Amino acid sequence: MKLNINTRTLVVVLAIALLLLPFLTDALLGRGWVRIVDFAMLYIMLALGLNIVVGYAGLLDLGYIAFFAVGAYCYALTGSPHLAQAFPMVFPDGVHLSFWIVLPLAALLAGGFGVLLGAPTLRLRGDYLAIVTLGFGEIIRIFLNNLNAPVNLTNGPQGISRIDPVSIANVSLNTTQNILGIAFPSVHLYFYLFLAFTALVVFVSQRLERSRIGRAWMAIREDEIAASAMGINTRNLKLLAFAMGAMFGGASGALFAGFQGFVSPESFSLMESIMVLCMVVLGGMGNIAGVILGGMLLALLPEVLRHSVVPLQQALFGKTLVDPESLRMLLFGTALIVMMLYRPAGMLPSRVRRRELGDGETASEASVYDATH
Amino acid sequence: MPHTEDILLNVSRIGKHFGGLSALNDVSLHIGRGEIYGLIGPNGAGKTTLFNIITGLYQPSAGEFHFNGAHYQAGKPHVLAQAGIARTFQNIRLFANLTALENVMIGRHVRTRAGVFGALFRNRSTRSEEHAITERARELLHYVGISKPAQTLAKHLSYGEQRRLEIARALATDPLLLALDEPAAGMNATETESLKMLLQTIRSSGITVLLIEHDVKLIMGLCDRVAVLDYGRKIAEGVPENVRKDPAVIAAYLGGGDE
Repeated sequence: MKLNINTRTLVVVLAIALLLLPFLTDALLGRGWVRIVDFAMLYIMLALGLNIVVGYAGLLDLGYIAFFAVGAYCYALTGSPHLAQAFPMVFPDGVHLSFWIVLPLAALLAGGFGVLLGAPTLRLRGDYLAIVTLGFGEIIRIFLNNLNAPVNLTNGPQGISRIDPVSIANVSLNTTQNILGIAFPSVHLYFYLFLAFTALVVFVSQRLERSRIGRAWMAIREDEIAASAMGINTRNLKLLAFAMGAMFGGASGALFAGFQGFVSPESFSLMESIMVLCMVVLGGMGNIAGVILGGMLLALLPEVLRHSVVPLQQALFGKTLVDPESLRMLLFGTALIVMMLYRPAGMLPSRVRRRELGDGETASEASVYDATH
Repeated sequence: MPHTEDILLNVSRIGKHFGGLSALNDVSLHIGRGEIYGLIGPNGAGKTTLFNIITGLYQPSAGEFHFNGAHYQAGKPHVLAQAGIARTFQNIRLFANLTALENVMIGRHVRTRAGVFGALFRNRSTRSEEHAITERARELLHYVGISKPAQTLAKHLSYGEQRRLEIARALATDPLLLALDEPAAGMNATETESLKMLLQTIRSSGITVLLIEHDVKLIMGLCDRVAVLDYGRKIAEGVPENVRKDPAVIAAYLGGGDE
């Protein structure tokens, strides 16, 4: 009972802190940081989506950013003057659909691509699956890069700009809004939008995890042959995992396009897929809180470095010896090695992972159990 | 040959070769409803291969089988599980990092329906289904005699209990035919004896049992009928007493002839 009250208090405190976060960040660190936090939220959404594929169903996906790209380009094409310029006969005024239509559309389109990727890879596992998904991610990026000829669908490497900002109930999130006498700048409004969607993604993940579907995914992860012998249709459930993960990726892609107002293929490189995977793995595969923590740290750390390394070196040595970008990779690599050595299951490991790697209480408990029985 | 309706599994002229190696050759047998049917034979006789064919893991190279009056395409184990064949594995294949309870709950998958929408909205029917799954899984753990807490990880159970957990997981699929691949392998005499009692209880609840076993004593004391495989061929079939006296069986299995 005591624990219950504590949990509830914690949730309330956390909710208030999250609601105040953009204002606090703005006041303490400046407007630019609110934008950085917004991007971190997008990464968290992506990481949670990938967690369904990798963490629950155990399918190693190295091309996840492709679904983000599909969602982003879906929003970008329907919400920019590009189609009107490229195909004036078909779309004289462009498409410009409501946000509430484009978002599900982007999610569904990405989900379709998820199935497209899943179908031919059903028999693959582990390393082989990783290589094929990696190739898939690159194919999507290369398509986006080159589909400016013969018909200019994606505008190639220049990308698509002048994308409509997200607008909800005729309120554009791109301008400062006054609500109850408080001024909400654009980045704050996007923060709340992303917060709401992240909460939704967390809710969906949690519900799925503790359901018949989630159990079937875990069974496939543990032993695919035994799972199918128990009557689990592994084909359908793997496709479902790919599709669900891809839908989250697509939805975050759409939000990204609306937020940034500009998309180009270089935002969807292999490195991005690897970063999202690292968020999942470092944070704790299969554990929602861990994935959120991983996403937050890996999205914010480069920015912290960017803002602190140069001034620090200037103050110490009077010149910049190491640029933040190379320091970032150095620290990132070190962090990966240290994590694999000391916390192989991630910072906040999932129940299952914790058991698997047999560290901490569960293992000692179990060995006591074995000794006494 | 008994009446067609009494036959649960009818295997006709099944053959299987892996490349040049012929693992099964023209094997036919039928298992009647409510029987405990034993399949014995020396190592490499093709028992597990036959087993993998009727549970859908392997595609037979020749022949076909009918289960519960219907013909099934091989290569889809989940379809056969749906049809009512549940199996255990020779080298235990539990979901090692899930709890004993979760293992059995996963067995209920095929008899339950909640999909993504049920999972997301947790409507009344999903909640009651989840409740029923948990209840049934607990019952089955008790039924097979696992006394450790339901939250114990499968991999932390003792060897004998892991074998029992596999049986519980298979029973959770509400099978018509329970197919056990060497369930007594590695068990001591006491464990084997209690396994025997468990199998008799299962049979008396109306489930047909197919048993691959090395332990001849267990087979002889338990099975209604026995088939003997040797080098991929069925060399004998019948009630245990007759099979035991069959000269071909003695030569092939009980150590005569060329040994």
